[in-house]
Amino acid sequence: MANNDPLFGLSGDALRLRSQRMALLASNIANAATPNYKARDFDFQKALESAQAGASVDQAAGQSAGYRVPLEASLDGNTVELSTEQTLFAENAVQYKTTLSFLQGRISTVMTALRGE
Amino acid sequence: MSNMSIFDISGRAMAAQLVRLNTTASNLANANSVSTTKEGAFRALKPVFKTVSGGEGIATVQVSQVVSSQTDPTKRHDPGNPLADQNGDVWDAGVDQAGELVEMMETARQYQNNVQVLQTAKSLTLDTLRLEK
Repeated sequence: MANNDPLFGLSGDALRLRSQRMALLASNIANAATPNYKARDFDFQKALESAQAGASVDQAAGQSAGYRVPLEASLDGNTVELSTEQTLFAENAVQYKTTLSFLQGRISTVMTALRGE
Repeated sequence: MSNMSIFDISGRAMAAQLVRLNTTASNLANANSVSTTKEGAFRALKPVFKTVSGGEGIATVQVSQVVSSQTDPTKRHDPGNPLADQNGDVWDAGVDQAGELVEMMETARQYQNNVQVLQTAKSLTLDTLRLEK
């Protein structure tokens, strides 16, 4: 596993991917009333693995992206289900915040080492 | 990185929903208007939503056009109305009032969803800015 970021490691890529996924889920929510819009998402685990293998964030998200399979088909061809998207958006926001606190811990560790106290 | 931020996505979606809310308001305002001819009667206005792609699977929405609905105006016998034709008929506006109210609630709900997305994105962005503290 090639780690391309010696300072932030996994968390740096994870934060970028979380932000990307947040934009994707926001797009789905924005298009909740657009006929024929197909909701999209990506597999976070897979995307993180390819980002760790050296792919850029855009590439990693693109490779593991797919269309959401709706629980109940709607007549206008739109596959956005607000309950699903809202749940995933909230989950993603919490995970973004979690990643942020991992980064915070990392930064304070490095700062302690730098100060030499 | 894409040139469309989460603020663009939700902001433009809110603008589109606001256009939808405006059309609903004008439809309801004109629901009880009458006309002498069928052609002159008011028909409900409907916005047409269209996806605007920002690349990499992200997309926002815009109103591409506002069209008149297919709901036909209805004829009503009302000889006392100054707008009535020689048969004593007037044409009521082609507005489905119950449908418009349902649409209004759906619009409000989806507008709120976008506001919530924006709020979450804003607070996470601010948290990220304060990272080094």
